Amino acid sequence: MNRILKLLALLLVLAGVTTWLVTGASRGWTKTSVEVKTLDPVTGIEGITYRPKFIAGVDFLGAALGGAALLLGASFFFRKPTNNQTTKQTTT
Amino acid sequence: MKLTHLILLAALATSVYAAPQSFDFKDPKGVNNAVFNLDAPLESVNGSANGITGTVSFDPENPEATTGKIVVAAESLTVPNPMQKEHLHGPNWLDVAKYPEITFEAKSLANVKTDANATTADVTGTFSLHGVSKDITVPIKLTYLKDKLSARVPNLKGDLLVIRASFMINREDFNIQKGQYEDKVSPTINLSLSIAGASVAQ
Repeated sequence: MNRILKLLALLLVLAGVTTWLVTGASRGWTKTSVEVKTLDPVTGIEGITYRPKFIAGVDFLGAALGGAALLLGASFFFRKPTNNQTTKQTTT
Repeated sequence: MKLTHLILLAALATSVYAAPQSFDFKDPKGVNNAVFNLDAPLESVNGSANGITGTVSFDPENPEATTGKIVVAAESLTVPNPMQKEHLHGPNWLDVAKYPEITFEAKSLANVKTDANATTADVTGTFSLHGVSKDITVPIKLTYLKDKLSARVPNLKGDLLVIRASFMINREDFNIQKGQYEDKVSPTINLSLSIAGASVAQ
């Protein structure tokens, strides 16, 4: 269990950091849409529409790192007994 | 001689009684937009709104007499972050369910300067947001595009009026979280309006 939790924590860090980097390493909040500007040639107005696109922000990265820290912390509750503890247990 | 007098009189009468045109700002192309920006020390909020309607009465021969009302549907205010958008629309901020419209009603123009088809002026009017109305003066640019409607909307003849304005308001003047969260949500809101209205030829 200890190893599984540590492995999950590592995977979560890797997945979080990779997603953040791949989607542009944005230092703002997570976005689920991006602005698309189109110029109207007659009026010269730049129209703004939104296209669905996921851009992971620092909140996404923080959540991934926080989740990984929690998993890592939880893994300490499932530590294997050390050699000393095993010896004590067998002698008593 | 009499005929010349009659023609002159007719031309004079036409110019004196030329009615101002009514421009409808419900844009079939969907490019009309209002951009807002709040730049706080910890956070920057950028977004736009495109639910714009309204009418403006404009006479190219007498731009000083321009009046009208522009309405922005509060529900159409959009930011790219879904949680920010939810907060923006929610009861603690704009409360779009209770205050569905943001309006500006132009009352008078001052410092009017016209160069070819472009007029700049300071427009004074009533800005209403979050249930609070306040008189403000805003610098605007009006560009009159005669007979250009068909270039934009085929099969329709008429003129276009482009309005551009950039100004700033304080959210506390409109009872929006007065004095709260100023490190994350700037107390000043920068607004920029770019809209085109159409006057269909009769």
